[in-house]
Amino acid sequence: MIRVQTEDFDIGAETTALKEGRTDIGAVVSFTGTVRDTDGTVSEMTLEHYPGMTEKELERIEQEAHARWPLQASLIVHRVGTLKPGDNIVLVVTASAHRDAAFEAAKFVMDALKTSAPFWKRESGPEGSHWVEAKARDESAAARWHPGKTAAE
Amino acid sequence: MRLLYFAWLKEKTGVAAEDIAVPGHVSTVAELMTWLKTRGPEFAHAFERSEVIRAAIDQTHARPDAKIAGAREIAFFPPVTGG
Repeated sequence: MIRVQTEDFDIGAETTALKEGRTDIGAVVSFTGTVRDTDGTVSEMTLEHYPGMTEKELERIEQEAHARWPLQASLIVHRVGTLKPGDNIVLVVTASAHRDAAFEAAKFVMDALKTSAPFWKRESGPEGSHWVEAKARDESAAARWHPGKTAAE
Repeated sequence: MRLLYFAWLKEKTGVAAEDIAVPGHVSTVAELMTWLKTRGPEFAHAFERSEVIRAAIDQTHARPDAKIAGAREIAFFPPVTGG
């Protein structure tokens, strides 16, 4: 399941809901991305997205994860709007019978999301605001899952 | 054809979305960007570094050489930075 929302999420509640009534899950991995301000330059972060395409891309990424690993369940929640340092941005939960699939699928989902889901971050602080630049290391992390293909494919 | 602009492309062009008739000789995403640059100083500035700009045709990522014929919606945006 995927969701794009302005409101916060509760990691415990989301994980509990994902496992509800299931006894075939032996491993649940969750990743939470939060707003970072390591040097006092970020007071706010605003996330813009492309409604429609965002949901399509997240669903495509989730489907690819299910095609590659034996997952029993998964969840991707991404927030949009204006957030503050420490706030949650993204939650990825993957559940499988065994831990390797859950760990790997969670990393794959995040690597794919970082390079293909249409979200853009704008940081504001005491010295003004700017659009966050994409990082080359995110492209190479995503490309690792598709040997022989370039990142944009 | 509906064109959408996101993040700094929206700021630089001053346009979020528009419906526009694209000339018939414009057949690819790259050619569309080249044509958009001719629409005025805001567009010339926004599409100056066209090599870093990404595009989507009907909400699917598209390469610069992708054909635009039949597209209902084409979006232009900087490399994504979510997560």
